[in-house]
Amino acid sequence: MTIALLILAGLAVVAAVTAPLRGAAEADDAAQSALRRADLEAEKEARYREIRDAELDRETGKVTPDDWRVLDRQLRADAAALLEEIDRIDAEVT
Amino acid sequence: MPGLGSGLLVLALATSAYGVAAALYGALSANPAWVTSARRASYAVAALTTGAFLVLELAFLRTDLSFAVVQSHSSTTTPLFYRLSAAWSSQEGSLLLWLWLLSLWTALVLWRTQHRVRDVQPWATAVLLGFATFFSALLVLKVSPFETLSMVPAEGVGLNPLLRYPSMMTHPPMLYAGYTLWAVPFAFAIGALIVRRVDAEWLVLTRRFALGAWLCLGVGILLGARWSYAELGWGGYWAWDPVENASLLPWLTGTAFIHSAMVQEKRGMLKIWNASLILATGTLAVLGTFLVRSGVIQSIHAFTGSDLGWPFLILIVVMIVGSVILVVTRRRLLATEHRLDALLSREAMFLANNVVLVAMAFVVFWGTFFPLISEALTGKEQTLGPTWYGRYITPLALLLVALTAVGPIVPWRKASWKLVRRQLAVVGVVGVVVAVLIALLGAASRPLAFVFLAVSASALATVVLEYARGIRARRTIAGEGPVRGFFSLLRRNRRRYGGYLVHLGMVTLLVGVAASSAFQKTKDVRLKPGETVQLNSGYAVRYERPTASITTQGDAIERISFGAQLTLLRDGERVTGLHPGRDYYPLSSAPATKPLSRYFAGESTSEVAMRTSPVRDVWIAVTPDTTRVLKAVEEGDPKLAAVRDVPRYPELLGSAIGVVAGSYRRTAPAASFRMIVSPMVRWVWIGGGIVLLGSLVCLWPVGEGVRRKDRAKYVAQVAEEVRET
Repeated sequence: MTIALLILAGLAVVAAVTAPLRGAAEADDAAQSALRRADLEAEKEARYREIRDAELDRETGKVTPDDWRVLDRQLRADAAALLEEIDRIDAEVT
Repeated sequence: MPGLGSGLLVLALATSAYGVAAALYGALSANPAWVTSARRASYAVAALTTGAFLVLELAFLRTDLSFAVVQSHSSTTTPLFYRLSAAWSSQEGSLLLWLWLLSLWTALVLWRTQHRVRDVQPWATAVLLGFATFFSALLVLKVSPFETLSMVPAEGVGLNPLLRYPSMMTHPPMLYAGYTLWAVPFAFAIGALIVRRVDAEWLVLTRRFALGAWLCLGVGILLGARWSYAELGWGGYWAWDPVENASLLPWLTGTAFIHSAMVQEKRGMLKIWNASLILATGTLAVLGTFLVRSGVIQSIHAFTGSDLGWPFLILIVVMIVGSVILVVTRRRLLATEHRLDALLSREAMFLANNVVLVAMAFVVFWGTFFPLISEALTGKEQTLGPTWYGRYITPLALLLVALTAVGPIVPWRKASWKLVRRQLAVVGVVGVVVAVLIALLGAASRPLAFVFLAVSASALATVVLEYARGIRARRTIAGEGPVRGFFSLLRRNRRRYGGYLVHLGMVTLLVGVAASSAFQKTKDVRLKPGETVQLNSGYAVRYERPTASITTQGDAIERISFGAQLTLLRDGERVTGLHPGRDYYPLSSAPATKPLSRYFAGESTSEVAMRTSPVRDVWIAVTPDTTRVLKAVEEGDPKLAAVRDVPRYPELLGSAIGVVAGSYRRTAPAASFRMIVSPMVRWVWIGGGIVLLGSLVCLWPVGEGVRRKDRAKYVAQVAEEVRET
């Protein structure tokens, strides 16, 4: 019984682990693009978060309105660049 | 069943070793199929080790004494609740717990990051599965929890009575969860350094795992402290014991890492520092496991006698050497993107906080290893006690609290003195007012504690001020009232405002530590029934009478308890009754010629009696005088041994033990008591609870609703800017 269970477990592991090696190879360029897009999306979310934090800093008096304007412009420029990059990848895929 | 457990571990070893090879091949050949295969191997290892752990737990649950580990760490009289936790009281079981938790985190992080950082992931997979290979190899080749006994005994040794305490159910798993979670950012840092991708991406991806590690380790440390306070009978919650220190070390460097990681994310600074910190933290987490499990902590000579000494030492050396090589060879890439703009900036505050935390870690490291160093150099072991630690740790902790008071007020990049001046003045005034108040209460008699409490008040004021400003900002931005504004802050800015809650909890905890350590009064007395002793703060304790009881589990006697019924008085008025005691557990390996005295030859534990309140704790432990009882049981041993074959023997044994217990009650001997009055101990646990709450706020993901609102708000504006450019 124990041996049968272990053989079953072993076969299940082999099947699960070798499945990607047996399957059709993923189109590498498309996969690269998808992964790059995921990284950019995460960076974009992070920039939005920073813009929101900066707004809170301004409202709580941690930064002067002048300093905030400089920082906000920089963060928005970063976010814009990321959006452009995402659009470029989307255009390439389609 | 043992065969199934062993087999699953062998499969886990083979699968994790395969996963390492597949991940490395996938990384070197840039073949994603092999990387995916390695990731799947991590899922399989998680499933296999879950199976192995369940087999072991089931054996403990059923008290299957054919398992050597069950026989040596449990018994038929061990209560069900503790049978479940007995697995990790053994070396074999705790290593299996380590492997199981590690495999769960590995599978989780690789699943979550499968579409991210494709270059880093294969290397991180190899490192994480490398750890799994190491631990499963130890369990298969060195210390198997599935060893069986050729002769199945009728009874087991039982769980160490000291471990029969509720928090000991969760203390080791929490510590191990912390240790193993640190492996995740460690592995991703290694991967990022190998592929020379030194941006903050790996930090962001593993941030929750680092926070989780910090939280679990912190909760584990606190549960251990609570156990020490309530169970060990010496009256304290922290003794700078090497085993305690082993868990504190990665917690300290991890705290530094969590702070400095924010500087890299925000400003692209401290990259070398962050990489070094997380590599050190990961290594210290493994070192912590090694110290506790190798026996080297008791004596350097125990190292050679341990099965685990050399394998762990090799792993730690590989981790240190590998980390140093990676950091040194990547030092140019790790150069900072920005310089420090001003000394009065958040970055500078974080840097100062890091220096203090690392200095604390160094003190703890030196104190922990000093006995080993002195023994290796001079042949004589010298230990460093709480006074030595206090000399360095107390001023450093004071500095840390002062930074907690100032840091959150100061903005990133460069602070405008005009903006921060007023806030610093407010928290400064709070500190001074509290200093005056506590001086009136007599706290100035302990200058360091006095300053500590005043600075802590400033730190608490900072948190309150930050929340007040945030709530005011929410009113301006969204027209929200105070309550809604408070929850909005927590919902929208989890990291910042959850972090402030953590500060609140940590300072509260440290206030409890400072007050209870500095103003604690201890009295060791010997009392006869009817006698009263005067303590400080108006308290007195009267010893009413001795008590004795027998606890059975099924048909067997689990323990005999001798105690004292006390009355706690304050200013002559009765406050409450207290009942400290001492439990005596039988020695299972005692010879048959000692049927009675075996009940006093095993472990004995102190059952502490406490009257706790937010202001102070009264803590009492008793050591009963068993001289007469032991003499009586020794005299009774031969008589009882002579009749052990008669059918009524169990009844006779029960009667004899009943007589022993009755004799202790009747003869009413004097007993030794340790009585401690400590102020504000409860705030240590309350502070810990607030830290837990704040950490959970930080860990909880920002809701999709908030993110959607942000996207809607910013995406149009940003897209407009794209068009303009």
